[in-house]
Amino acid sequence: MTATVRPPTAHPVTRAAGRVFKARETGILIALILVILVATVRNPSFLFSSDGFRDLLLTPSLLMLVAVGQAIVIITRNVDLSVGSILGLTAYLTGRLFIDVPGIPLIVVFLAGMGFGAILGLINGALVAFAKVPALVITLGTLYIYRGINVAWTGSDRINASDLPADFRGLGTGQLLGIPILTIIAAIVLVVAAWYLRNLRSGREFYAIGSDPAAAHLYGLRVTRRILTAFIVSGVLSGLAGVLYAARYGTVSSGAGTGWELQAIGAAVIGGVAISGGVGSVWGAAIGAYLLLTINRALPILGIEDFWQRAVVGALIIGAIVLDRLLALRQSRKLLEAREDAQ
Amino acid sequence: MTATASQTRAVRTYKAHSQPLWRRLLLTRETSVIALLVIVIAVALAVVPNFDSPLTVTYLLRDVAPILLIALPMTLIIITEEIDLSVASIVGLTSVMTGILTEAGWPFAAAGVTAILVGMVAGAINGFLITVVGLPSLAVTIGTLALFRGIAVGLLGTKAVTEFPEYWTDLAKDNIPGTPIPGIMVPFIVLAIAFGVLLHFTPFGRSLYAIGLNKEAAAFSGVDVGRTKFLLFLMSGTVSGFAGVYFTLLYSNARGDNATGMELSVIAAVLLGGVSIFGGRGALIGVIAGVLLIGTLGSALRLAGVTSDIINVITGVLLVLSVVSASFLAWLRRKRISAIGKKKGRSATSVDAP
Repeated sequence: MTATVRPPTAHPVTRAAGRVFKARETGILIALILVILVATVRNPSFLFSSDGFRDLLLTPSLLMLVAVGQAIVIITRNVDLSVGSILGLTAYLTGRLFIDVPGIPLIVVFLAGMGFGAILGLINGALVAFAKVPALVITLGTLYIYRGINVAWTGSDRINASDLPADFRGLGTGQLLGIPILTIIAAIVLVVAAWYLRNLRSGREFYAIGSDPAAAHLYGLRVTRRILTAFIVSGVLSGLAGVLYAARYGTVSSGAGTGWELQAIGAAVIGGVAISGGVGSVWGAAIGAYLLLTINRALPILGIEDFWQRAVVGALIIGAIVLDRLLALRQSRKLLEAREDAQ
Repeated sequence: MTATASQTRAVRTYKAHSQPLWRRLLLTRETSVIALLVIVIAVALAVVPNFDSPLTVTYLLRDVAPILLIALPMTLIIITEEIDLSVASIVGLTSVMTGILTEAGWPFAAAGVTAILVGMVAGAINGFLITVVGLPSLAVTIGTLALFRGIAVGLLGTKAVTEFPEYWTDLAKDNIPGTPIPGIMVPFIVLAIAFGVLLHFTPFGRSLYAIGLNKEAAAFSGVDVGRTKFLLFLMSGTVSGFAGVYFTLLYSNARGDNATGMELSVIAAVLLGGVSIFGGRGALIGVIAGVLLIGTLGSALRLAGVTSDIINVITGVLLVLSVVSASFLAWLRRKRISAIGKKKGRSATSVDAP
């Protein structure tokens, strides 16, 4: 015990560079940049036209919000399949509020959407945390329930762009210093979530719970409360994405957000968030969301019919988890060797 | 060592026989699902007009047949604490394969068999990634869900193949002569018996429960966990392929987005039927009752003029209730036992007190 093991000291800059280079998120970022590069070389307007640049930032912003919430849930070794249904419900709620309450302030609509998302997330979280039932089953159930309520409420009705006030729709298309407002909102959420998970004690507890729920419980962490929080955050972010969905697209039918749950999980997994919990960051999930949707837009430019887009997404997800597995194996072999050397 | 072993076994036997035989047989999850199914059928027969017509039975069984078929291997997979989310995409992929090959002039039998083989290969890909590479099945099958569906949509685009030999489409739609029961029930019952025997009456089936309860212990007692799981995913792919060919013939329609979302219906039905998502528990009879329960409820409500969205809500509520009720009952039992313990403790102390 007297000879404390000292990590090899290196210059801070090289160490930081090494960390950036080794981070799981870097690989996915390089892939994203490559996709953008190749698409831009083929067709310069992909990046350099004002529309192209705007789309590049704007389209994935909503998925990014949902994927950040999903990543937090997956880090606690749970999963939230109901995010698409929550998004659909809050998007319709947004439209209804503008129709039924003329002149309603925007901030109230945002709070209502996020509050409604929080309630739906709380239902998920309470069922998972108190009934001790796997999140997969519960959120599969609430996926049906929320979507069913949405369809029953909407019927064949739908929200049209003309129902929404102009300043609200302006949010969906507006820009600040050339950057879409939606992207700025999503980026703020991302930075706050990443900072919280990385630096605060309660944020680290999410990782502890995901790595080993039983140990976290024995250690005295408030597992129930953290799991509730994770689901509420996921609900709030899906709710926010729902409000912004209405702003961005203008039309909301009962099918809004269908299938987003798999895209959000896919984004998180591609970004290095392990489905078995405790590993990954919201940065990875966010970059994963950008990669997924940027590939969508790049495929037609590369001369591949966009019908193949989902196959590419699937191949990406599988490639990402195989890569993670190989990296984990190499890491554990390295640690074993290090231990043997030390002895 | 032997003393402790026999002691724990004695305790377990005591607990297993602490209730009379009829209670052990009747008070199971499977019985409650079957009872619920009987009640739903009885109420529907009494209340819903036209529910008792033969046509209702025909359409009900025809429509749930793909779910019934896929639920069989899915039960085995969930009992080993894995999951296969890609089944509906395999249905879509094999449906597209059937369509493309038929359009290319292949005889239908060859096209159908090739499509089933494609399903088998798809299942083998899942099995390889899960058992050889060692990845979690949830992540793998979310990936292959997108991959197989993507290939299906990519191959056909927005086109649809709708021309199929009449002989085969009739075969898929015809009833068993003299009954309102569609012909697809014959292969289903054969498969159900095969899977039932495999699960409940063979060492292979027992090993599935062992894997679901404790993978390491199963491996140490001589079960080849990897091979077993690989075989299960292979079966799942093959049966989904068969369901895909049937689906194509039934609706005379091969499209890339056929059966989208069916994986959720299958899993909902399997869990409703009493299979534990934690693995190691469940019976095939409960699963079949679970599928029929969801199907019957849907059909009865549709006939009663309830829209399909409410049916979705009911499916979801049933699913949530079915898992939450198990936890709730266990909690009640624990509470009762601890209450009895407290009472005994108090009376004991009062006796001891002078």
